[in-house]
Amino acid sequence: MKIAVLSGKGGTGKTFVSVNLAAAASSSLYIDCDVEEPNGRLFFRPEHRNEETISVLLPVFDGALCDGCRKCVDFCKFNALVYIKEKPMVFPGICHSCGGCALVCPRGAVSETPRPIGVVEAGTSGNTAVVTGVLEPGEISGVPLIRAALAKASESDRPVVIDCPPGSGCAVLESVSEADYCVLVAEPTAFGLHNFAMVLELVNLLGKPCGVVINKTEGPYRELEEYCAEHHVNILCRIPYSTELATLGAKALIAVRENEEMAAVFRRLSDKIEKEVRR
Amino acid sequence: MKKLLILSGKGGTGKTTAAAALIDFLKARAFADCDVDAPNLHLVAGLTGTPRTSEYYGSQKARIDPEKCTGCGACFDHCRFQAIEKNDNVYRVNEYACEGCGVCAYVCPAQAVELVDDVSGIQMLYTGKRVFSTAQLKMGRGNSGKLVSEVKAALNDHAPETDVAVIDGSPGIGCPVIASVTGVDLVLIVSEPSLSGISDLKRIAATARTLNVPVAVCVNKFDLYEKNTEAIETWCEEEGIPFVGRIPYDHCASEAINEGHSLAATGCPAALALRNVLNEVLELLEVPECA
Repeated sequence: MKIAVLSGKGGTGKTFVSVNLAAAASSSLYIDCDVEEPNGRLFFRPEHRNEETISVLLPVFDGALCDGCRKCVDFCKFNALVYIKEKPMVFPGICHSCGGCALVCPRGAVSETPRPIGVVEAGTSGNTAVVTGVLEPGEISGVPLIRAALAKASESDRPVVIDCPPGSGCAVLESVSEADYCVLVAEPTAFGLHNFAMVLELVNLLGKPCGVVINKTEGPYRELEEYCAEHHVNILCRIPYSTELATLGAKALIAVRENEEMAAVFRRLSDKIEKEVRR
Repeated sequence: MKKLLILSGKGGTGKTTAAAALIDFLKARAFADCDVDAPNLHLVAGLTGTPRTSEYYGSQKARIDPEKCTGCGACFDHCRFQAIEKNDNVYRVNEYACEGCGVCAYVCPAQAVELVDDVSGIQMLYTGKRVFSTAQLKMGRGNSGKLVSEVKAALNDHAPETDVAVIDGSPGIGCPVIASVTGVDLVLIVSEPSLSGISDLKRIAATARTLNVPVAVCVNKFDLYEKNTEAIETWCEEEGIPFVGRIPYDHCASEAINEGHSLAATGCPAALALRNVLNEVLELLEVPECA
């Protein structure tokens, strides 16, 4: 079973919900796909860590073979190649590693070499196996890292919790692609509602079953509740704002390991999700 | 026109809340929302009227003509993005995975693949006395960096003569963030006193450094855990990054936003703190303080 936790808006509590869902289970695999700002590892403080460097392919041009026909430069749809001093040159950050330039070169002057863009860390924390994709600052796309991190799920038979990046773009899509169920974490504010509506549209588009966790409630926020009712989205639970939870979060402590009440909340949430998935 | 960009690394630290207040304090006549993945600034920008909208073509997408396709599988073999799906020797393109590189069209021996322009977002521009440029990326689309550049270009092209333009950014450190940082005069990082906030602050500062853009840091909800706020201040000092203020946790912020306006007019503690942040920022930008 793979559960993806997403929100659209940042800071609604994706990492809080996914870390605690994973930690509440008797055995689980937590995968942090927010490779731009991975924070689950700060909470889990995983031990027995190993690290794998993830690379993308980057073209290399052999000046001796290149006759300056510029077919590669013309082919590149991303404008990642320029022709300077009678030789093609690549902008590494713009290259999508499609392999097109090597394919179209009539003289075999283009080869490809791996270029590291980040690492996938793996470790354990209690009953939870922790996998984290970490993008190198300055790198543009984390999608290859997300793929590499998610690939770890296929090596494991544990239930998987996927902590997704914010937004609703390609990185989120990649992160939820193999999920059986999506947990949408919404914040009871006008911003929260607006971005919740966006991710709901995304998971509906993908045909994924989903439910909502309303986090940091401070009394009812009618607009969000009504929106859920209108769109027939199941509200899985409401977690009130509390200074205690905020402080635990600030210290990167795992609520279910510190607070018996939160442990019960997340066990119930976990049971509910499991029932929903089986439906 | 000086450009001030608001970023945070971590989401939900209060970028938009801060941006909206600064815009109102400044009575800014030019501003933009570069969080094209999850734009929110329009909800509190106090703009009336209808924006000029235009479709944004991010990239092309491949399309396979089933009439011409012979089922050879060359496209499937060469696609690096797992964007070609195969069902009983019938091939089709997954529009979400396709990055529009054109390799499939190149290798197809039957000329069955065509590249078509893809609308991957909508751009919106409010004009008049105040110019506001924003956009919304279509669900699941990539190329958000290019859309961010378009949002900034639209602001540049239409902004009236003004001292400071305020740009709200997106969380993270990747493509849309990098596109938003290029060419701005200062990045104001809105941090928060959590270990996550600190980790993300360091990553966004490192990213801005690779792009040679100066940064300043403020801490929102500083009283949530003051030990971490102090750690942020110490770190800024060590790094030589100007620290421009502490903003307290304040109910008033979410109340104002739920009512559809910024904190600026509320006079509550967070608003006063943001006012001070603005003054520090204007000094860094070498712009005279506004009334």
